[in-house]
Amino acid sequence: MSSWDRATAIKLGLSALALATIAASPLAGASNLGRPATPAEIAAWDIDVRPDFAGLPAGSGSVEQGMEVWESKCESCHGTFGESNEVFTPLAGGTTRADQDSGRVKSLVGPNVPQRTTLMKLSTVSTLFDYIRRAMPWNAPKSLSDDEVYAVTAYVLYLNDVVSDDFVLDQDSIREVQNRLPNRNGMTRDHGLWEVAGKADTHNTACMKNCAADVEISSSLPEYARDSHGNLADQNRSFGPVRGTTTAASAAPAATTAPTQPAGTSRLAMAEEYGCTGCHAMDDTIVGPGFRQVAQRYADKAGSLDQVAAKIRAGGSGAWGSMPMPAQEQLNEEQARELAEWILSGAN
Amino acid sequence: MTGSSKQRGRISRAPENFLSQEQIAAVSSGRRDFLRQAMIAAAAVSAGAALPLRAGEAAGDPEILDLPPWSKTLGKPVASNPYGSPSKYEKNLIRRESPGLTRVGAASVSFAPLQGLFGIITPSGLHFERHHQGWQDVDPARHRFMINGLVRTPKVYTMDDLMRLPSVSRIHFIECGANSGMEWGNVAVPTVQYTHGMLSCSEFTGVPLSALLEDCGADLKAGKYILAEGADGSSMTRTIAMERALDDVIVAYGQNGEMLRPENGYPLRLVVPGVQGVSWVKWLRRIEVGDQPYGTKDETLHYVDLLPDGAQRQYTSIQECKSVITTPSGGQTLIGQGYYTITGLAWSGRGRIRRVDVSTDGGRNWRTARLETPVLSKALTRFNLDWQWDGSPALLQSRAIDETGYVQPTMPQLREVRGTKSIYHNNAIQTWAVAPSGEVSNVQLG
Ligand code: HEC
Ligand code: HEC
Repeated sequence: MSSWDRATAIKLGLSALALATIAASPLAGASNLGRPATPAEIAAWDIDVRPDFAGLPAGSGSVEQGMEVWESKCESCHGTFGESNEVFTPLAGGTTRADQDSGRVKSLVGPNVPQRTTLMKLSTVSTLFDYIRRAMPWNAPKSLSDDEVYAVTAYVLYLNDVVSDDFVLDQDSIREVQNRLPNRNGMTRDHGLWEVAGKADTHNTACMKNCAADVEISSSLPEYARDSHGNLADQNRSFGPVRGTTTAASAAPAATTAPTQPAGTSRLAMAEEYGCTGCHAMDDTIVGPGFRQVAQRYADKAGSLDQVAAKIRAGGSGAWGSMPMPAQEQLNEEQARELAEWILSGAN
Repeated sequence: MTGSSKQRGRISRAPENFLSQEQIAAVSSGRRDFLRQAMIAAAAVSAGAALPLRAGEAAGDPEILDLPPWSKTLGKPVASNPYGSPSKYEKNLIRRESPGLTRVGAASVSFAPLQGLFGIITPSGLHFERHHQGWQDVDPARHRFMINGLVRTPKVYTMDDLMRLPSVSRIHFIECGANSGMEWGNVAVPTVQYTHGMLSCSEFTGVPLSALLEDCGADLKAGKYILAEGADGSSMTRTIAMERALDDVIVAYGQNGEMLRPENGYPLRLVVPGVQGVSWVKWLRRIEVGDQPYGTKDETLHYVDLLPDGAQRQYTSIQECKSVITTPSGGQTLIGQGYYTITGLAWSGRGRIRRVDVSTDGGRNWRTARLETPVLSKALTRFNLDWQWDGSPALLQSRAIDETGYVQPTMPQLREVRGTKSIYHNNAIQTWAVAPSGEVSNVQLG
């Protein structure tokens, strides 16, 4: 550690522990471990875009182009108008013109807030661009070109009436958009949860005796919800100081949710373990067809077992729509056959 | 429990068998008051609740008289189970999802079974999961870690490089900011697995981030923030204050003596003690040093606290002091009256736990619980308290106090400031109601 570094560190209040770590470390400024990153490597990974637009790539895209991207790569999960609740909370909706003028979304105020959409909460447009660029489409992240990211970001903003249908989003126009975001003034960093030494916002006291506690039960689980999480007797040991409460035989687990059996005891658990249920439910279409729809289609068709087993490992598109199923190479042939058999027999 | 086969083993035990010789010595020498109480309690159980032998069993318990198979056969050889797994009798204690909480399994949560865990360390296979875009099993030979931004030399490290550097091992809790989030408005879920199970605690091993920032010549003057980024599909990103980064943050590869589990970020994750789990970026690929916060999705759109006036607290990070009783807890049933240990966990993102008080009457009167060692900064702390259950209704609560003097709030106190529409950072006192039947359930007090 150079004396300059040490002086700076002390000025910044670097903790004694961190200093000790650094001082004692054999790194002493620059170790022979690791190597300098090349500019191309940094460019490949440094994809973040900050609220001040540092990191924004060159490019542009229109609402119209964005609609094409949306319809082929986003709509299946988020709905035609970004309204779908199917795989995630809705992206668009819930804001007004007046919100755009004030920069505060009115419906977020008070105790009766409706379901919060992305655009109701969004305070910086960079966040939307950055996130779509790094993570969407969910099943094929980082597959969009920068122009496509501009276009589909413009389309999402259009769905929420932030821009008009002839808008073109680029490095300059994105700054105007920031000034129209319905909730651009709706955030605060004035709270105690950022720093370890931050100020708490509640002030309980440690009263020990005859505390003036108003002891009245205000909320409990309704009777009908007793088995909402399965049989609780099966979620505790059968020995020890207590037992799990027996809560009536629970209904079969919902298609896209929890297994109530330990993993590995059923094909459903296997489908979950191998990530199939991220895209497939038992009955309804999520990204791919419901497994029982598949069973129905291939009922009584000779040779369908081989075909479906092969399709599971290889992936592909066209049988149910344009959305492709990625190859599932984490399965060996035997496992793919096992799942195919289970699906074709009705996924029970 | 009504099954007679289950009651058979409950033969009255002499108190001296209940305690070890060492403990008895401690009790007789009067060194530890609580042990004396425990012994009295145990004696009470023997006198009151114990069942006599059943008819036809006058000679004794058949489990003793008729030797069980494991006493009369040859056991299995070593390494028949080369990576050991829990006993087949432990299959009830597994990670579970909360039905209906999320729509798809790869953007979801599984909760740790706190109701059955002991001490403070979470077994790695039971560590809670929260993934935004599924989990990956990353090839360590192909994994790279980059530091760039406001540094003298942007650098790339392999796992070989990182694992040669001087390491530290520290025990810390990790809690999702949304833990207990379903309970802001009213009681929503039945057991502590679902109310508090986005909580785990492990020993993590890795390189202090401060050493790596030093190695790259980070500009500590202009560089007030770092961005941490993952290598998975979501490439999760979070802003962390440079002050935190230089304090106790670890670039970790080890967890409880072995490598991280894939679901927990194998082979590299960030450990940010005291800060909510989303900042502990898994499959860590990059740290960028910068002069402004980054405004990422999961610090400005999610993991934000919605206040009654419609404003959203962004960049919330610290997990404030909190505690919960894990036994007896919701969904459990007490087996008869008499002695029980009320046991639970306490933790604070601001440091050590100083004290935990327990009430059995809904907060009117409180008794201070024993803190079991170790009591570590930003780690789970186990607390225990002796309790005689007389069969009447009880309302069990625990209230933690951390080293800053902060007292865990009640639900009404929290709602008074933050309303009921928040999702995150619910650190309210939890109440479990014990019915005369022994059934324990989740309730909230007005
Ligand atoms: C296979 C289903 C799927 C597809 C296709 C998909 N998404 Fe998503 N999207 C999701 C899920 C699931 C999430 C939530 C991820 C999480 O929990 O972090 C999400 C989150 C988002 C968010 C953030 C919302 C918020 O409030 O956090 C945006 C914006 C978004 N998607 C845009 C898009 C766009 C644009 C496309 C097309 C290029 C797309 N998505 C395609 C499933 C999908
Ligand atoms: C990322 C989303 C995704 C995942 C993960 C996924 N699928 Fe699919 N699956 C799809 C889509 C989309 C289709 C429709 C493809 C088509 O139209 O040809 C499909 C189709 C299928 C079909 C019908 C094949 C046919 O030709 O009719 C089966 C069977 C199937 N998937 C099984 C599985 C199994 C088993 C897994 C897990 C190992 C799995 N899928 C994982 C998206 C997915």
